[in-house]
Amino acid sequence: MSASAPRTVVFVVGNRSRGDDALGPLLAERLESLGAPGVSLICDHQLQIEHALDMAGAQRVLFVDAAQGLAADVELRALAPEPGRAPFSHALTPTALLAVYRQVHGRPPPPAWVLAVAGESFALGAGLSARAAAAAEQAWAVLQALFEHPAADWADAAALMQCRAGERTAPNRPQD
Amino acid sequence: MAFELETADGRDRLRRVAIDPVSRVEGHGKVTLLIDEHDEVREARLHIVEFRGFEVFIQGRPYWEVPVMVQRLCGICPVSHHLAAAKALDVATAAAPITASAEKLRRLMHYGQILQSHALHFFHLSSPDLLFGFESEVARRNIVGVAAAYPDIARQGVLLRKFGQEVIRATAGKKIHGTGAVPGGMNRHLSAEDHALLARDIDRVIDWSRAAVELVKRLYRADPALYDVFGSFESAFMSLVRADGAMDLYDGGLRVRDAQGHILRDHVPDQDYHRLICEEVKPWSYMKFPFLRELGPETGWYRVGPLARVQNCDFIPTPHAEAERREFIDHGQGRPVHATLAYHWARMIEMLHAAEVIRALLADPDLRSGELLRPGTGAREGVGIIEAPRGTLIHHYRIGEDDLVTMCNLIVSTTHNNQAMNTAVREVAKRYLSGRTLTEGLLNHIEVAIRAYDPCLSCATHALGQMPLVVELVCTDGTVHQRLVRKR
Repeated sequence: MSASAPRTVVFVVGNRSRGDDALGPLLAERLESLGAPGVSLICDHQLQIEHALDMAGAQRVLFVDAAQGLAADVELRALAPEPGRAPFSHALTPTALLAVYRQVHGRPPPPAWVLAVAGESFALGAGLSARAAAAAEQAWAVLQALFEHPAADWADAAALMQCRAGERTAPNRPQD
Repeated sequence: MAFELETADGRDRLRRVAIDPVSRVEGHGKVTLLIDEHDEVREARLHIVEFRGFEVFIQGRPYWEVPVMVQRLCGICPVSHHLAAAKALDVATAAAPITASAEKLRRLMHYGQILQSHALHFFHLSSPDLLFGFESEVARRNIVGVAAAYPDIARQGVLLRKFGQEVIRATAGKKIHGTGAVPGGMNRHLSAEDHALLARDIDRVIDWSRAAVELVKRLYRADPALYDVFGSFESAFMSLVRADGAMDLYDGGLRVRDAQGHILRDHVPDQDYHRLICEEVKPWSYMKFPFLRELGPETGWYRVGPLARVQNCDFIPTPHAEAERREFIDHGQGRPVHATLAYHWARMIEMLHAAEVIRALLADPDLRSGELLRPGTGAREGVGIIEAPRGTLIHHYRIGEDDLVTMCNLIVSTTHNNQAMNTAVREVAKRYLSGRTLTEGLLNHIEVAIRAYDPCLSCATHALGQMPLVVELVCTDGTVHQRLVRKR
């Protein structure tokens, strides 16, 4: 692997058969075609504890997933480990997965970011909503920017995009 | 009919507490409590919003697509749906029984799913509660706390999950949306490379599984008064058993025992499930309440899953798990064990059994050779039943002359346990919450009871978004008297 391309693990989460939850897998297809150096792409229905093993050796981690309740269509933000279990779900949040990494490996996880893409409808058998389709294009532009310069510092990359409508985010480094 | 604490009198005069994870998935759970002026719980309900689009999603599809399609229903146990559908379609295409090689490969896949699912549930979801108690600090009631106290446990849990996932990948072709099972059999043998990979680790997996059973027994013995009483109530049990009465998680006939352990029905053929079970609808829940047709909804409800399976069978056909089953049965001192928290003990016995089955299968040359497919001619209707990690899973299909699915009926494991989970919530509310000011720790008792059943809420979608547990105590005038929020 080129020294200029940090080993990056990209977790893409989603289900093609549940409406806007297909955002992740659709973006994964495009990301795969980009062929960015140093990138390992992992696509799954949801995050699970064993994904903590997939982060071993990574220099940075990116999560890509559909999201509800976003102010903007796309949001890129840094993450810190935060233990947690949902009461009625077996799936982990990205921050909970980072906490599992810390606990299993005994050291802080790699710097991590999440690219949240706005979705509205998650019905089984439904297609993408209009908002999700538009958000997917924005998300793809962000992904291209992130991987355009492999060695770029993503803390700065986060500042390049408008995470919320009408405002720019300050650089944001993950805190352990 | 209504059960105790199911419906209160004078509901409009009572305060309402809702435990509602604000989730963006279709299937999610919510608990509501109605409390009187003396803080006594008068009504407790677990509502599970079951996503009911399954049948519509499947109907009209070519039958051969179904085993792959159903994996998109649920990201938690796609393999269980995959195999239950394939079993139903073996019958519907008159291809049953499938070949020995195909059945063994399916069994390997299934026991891999059991292993990884049980590992996830015990090591990650439930052990924090069990290890630190239900009223421990929230910050400690998580996997980091477990790791601090039991450093090897958490890692073993992750590696057990990983091993189970590798079994699934090796047999299904990939971890999600695998195509291993097809109507009439399987479409691939186990490769030499995958066989070597799995065989290399299986002894260690068995050792860790045995250690997990020991851990749960230690927990149980440390506080038997709690474990035997918490959320305990009597019920019937239902599961598949093999023709000789052995535990069989892949195939068999339905057996039902009553609350005293007597066999009510035995070896009911899977194709006749509808003669055994009915489903009741209640106005306050989207999820149906199954019951035994001959007993009716009041006395005919039952439990499924590990607690039922370990006690329903006559023996477990692997040595280590059978020894553990006998110890479990002895704990009941001649009566069935009905404690909700005993689900965890039973679940670890099953995990050990799954590991032993996997080891035995890996030694079988049929995984690597032999006929995989048996052609069928189309009986046009079939039922497939499998013991999924959470309990009995039923798939029932009819196929038209054009080979498209015309009818699909699914009864998932969590649906069978609907009445049981409600009963557990009511028992816990009555014993631990009634008459006391609600705290986050007290409310966690409710979660602990629910978690023991390992409910699967069909939430294959997991978009981002906080899923806090919001608990509100609302007075009759609608004002919020007390509000607790736990970030997830």
